[in-house]
Amino acid sequence: MMIDLWIHPAAIMVIGAFLLPLVRGHRIIRNVYLLLVPLLAFIDVLTMDKGTFGVMQFMDWSLTFGRVDGLSHVFGFIMTLMCMVGTLYGMNTKGVKEIFAAWLYVAGSLGAIYCGDYIVLFLFWELMAFASVFLVWFRGRKHSLAIGYRYLLVHTFGGLVLLAGLILRYQATGGDISFGPIGVDSPSLYTYLIMIGFILNAAVPPLHAWLPDAYGEATVAGAVFMCAFTTKTAIYALARGFAGMDILIPLGVIMALYGVVYAVLENDARRLLAYHIISQVGYMVAGVGIGTEMAINGACAHAFAHILYKGLLFMGCGSVLYMTNKSKFSDLGGLYTKMPKTFVYTLIGGLSISAFPLFSGFVSKSMIVAAGFHDHLLWPAFLLTLASAGTFLHTGLKVPYFIWFGKNNCSEETWEKAADPPLNMQIAMAVAAFFCIFIGCYTPFLYNLLPYPVHYHPYTAYHVIESMQILLFTALGFFLFIKKLAPEVVISLDLDWFYRKGSKVFMWIARKPIQGFDTLWSKAYRVAGLVPLMFTARFWSWFDWHGIDGVVDGSARLVGYFAEKLRWMQNGQVARYLSFMAGGVFVVLVLLFTSL
Amino acid sequence: MIVRFIDFFRNRMTMTVQFCYGGLALLVGIDIILGLSGGKHHAHTWVEHYIPGWWSIFGFVSCTLIIFVSKWFGHLGIMTREDYYDD
Repeated sequence: MMIDLWIHPAAIMVIGAFLLPLVRGHRIIRNVYLLLVPLLAFIDVLTMDKGTFGVMQFMDWSLTFGRVDGLSHVFGFIMTLMCMVGTLYGMNTKGVKEIFAAWLYVAGSLGAIYCGDYIVLFLFWELMAFASVFLVWFRGRKHSLAIGYRYLLVHTFGGLVLLAGLILRYQATGGDISFGPIGVDSPSLYTYLIMIGFILNAAVPPLHAWLPDAYGEATVAGAVFMCAFTTKTAIYALARGFAGMDILIPLGVIMALYGVVYAVLENDARRLLAYHIISQVGYMVAGVGIGTEMAINGACAHAFAHILYKGLLFMGCGSVLYMTNKSKFSDLGGLYTKMPKTFVYTLIGGLSISAFPLFSGFVSKSMIVAAGFHDHLLWPAFLLTLASAGTFLHTGLKVPYFIWFGKNNCSEETWEKAADPPLNMQIAMAVAAFFCIFIGCYTPFLYNLLPYPVHYHPYTAYHVIESMQILLFTALGFFLFIKKLAPEVVISLDLDWFYRKGSKVFMWIARKPIQGFDTLWSKAYRVAGLVPLMFTARFWSWFDWHGIDGVVDGSARLVGYFAEKLRWMQNGQVARYLSFMAGGVFVVLVLLFTSL
Repeated sequence: MIVRFIDFFRNRMTMTVQFCYGGLALLVGIDIILGLSGGKHHAHTWVEHYIPGWWSIFGFVSCTLIIFVSKWFGHLGIMTREDYYDD
């Protein structure tokens, strides 16, 4: 008999997380455990056969926890790989709470990737939001709590929209809960609701402002996890359900440009990187919208490459934050002598995201743009290429230049603290940097993982020259107009303005008109209601005391008096009885005689 | 080693800048040669085929547009003081 033993990688992460507080003793034991759990999950993913596993009957529903196919495999592979890198990077955090939250977050992502129905998807979708918020809260700054709550509320809203879509779909299809292509050719209300739930997690404007808000505030290691999992799981969900949904093409292009524009304005390195996630995820969203095999391959390949290079960039800027406690360009500069290795790793991330030949972005991003050109979508393809110039401008040039070169804005304390980070953080960056270059140099590694056969060759002379021209002439523009890009000590208002200021309006309404009315009502009640009520109460109290109590107490006292007298008379002395009897006879006789 | 490598170029800034300009010219030159030798069969559009150094122009104009349009947009009131939300 063959035993169908399928272990869900999310289960490994959840069990690993809950056992984590029990792992005590020498630091080496803890570190081995920290590496072992994500490694086991990674091996689990590598050794999985394709097929459907983990099917459970729950009430009327057949829930599928393990759908292993080409699409889920590529995402499962990169998520578990990034979990290893992120855990290695965050290993030196004090306590285990950050890793605990991060592993549950990864479990949420893996659960959503491998599920086969909407109920399981929703369950893990929410786990992602509720676990990842702790990575913001654990930063422990004054604003962290509020930012975490904003993040959670936005994702709860997205989850509710998704749930509404799922329920409507369930009703419309007569109980179908399977998660697959949703039918983008004949969209209905539930199609759009489910799509909104997904694109909120993909940070598509106008539903994007949670991303820079939360990722800029997350802990050093937390941001490395966050930059990988939420948006890319959403891309997986979109690729699974919404391939070929036309509206995603313009939305993706808007994302790509939106992130670039805000990255110009940003003074905080990690918020800049966060805006660039929006830009890069825009390529993937557009790829899903194009929907051809080449475009879906491109979206998956770009998600894969993006997780590594964006993780690397967040690790680089996180290292600066970890060592100096600063992340704003206006507080940094000239650090290449103090943090040279971190600079090199961050630069590799920057070159990868900018799609330099021999780096990972070159073999992934261009596949989406080429798919656009192949489909004669010239405007989207040109605008995505324009955005790629912006990518190099910010992430490849602005970030490294204003942290490691440029004007030295460091305080004496910052300069003293600045140094390359601890070894584990350096190794994590080295691993990510290795993969960024390996993927760029050896394309079969990534292309063989993609869900469809790849017929795309990035290394043609024309494509290399095209990319180099765009990139190096962008660099020319950067150095010519560098003064325009000098850091300004400002923040940029984004669409979160509406709910951040909106919440202030809400609080004002709660405090002023509503609480004011409540106070007025209380006063009116006191005057018109409470005073007469108290008067009446006092009267009845008086009446009770003097009237009722007087009668009752008087009767009681009377009864008591007579009882006392009777007791005195009935003391058992015969002489006293006879004298009373004689007295009584005398009184009766006197009464008789006087009445005659 | 990394610092020495960087300092080597920083100490020879004029040479480095000239080297970079030379690289840019070389790129445009290769693009023109590719166009003349029929090496642009992977190009998708008319502009790529017939405008020499098209992607150089595109890269430079894109960069300039992004910088100036973004800054213009930012100064419309989008960029504001850091304690804006603390009121």
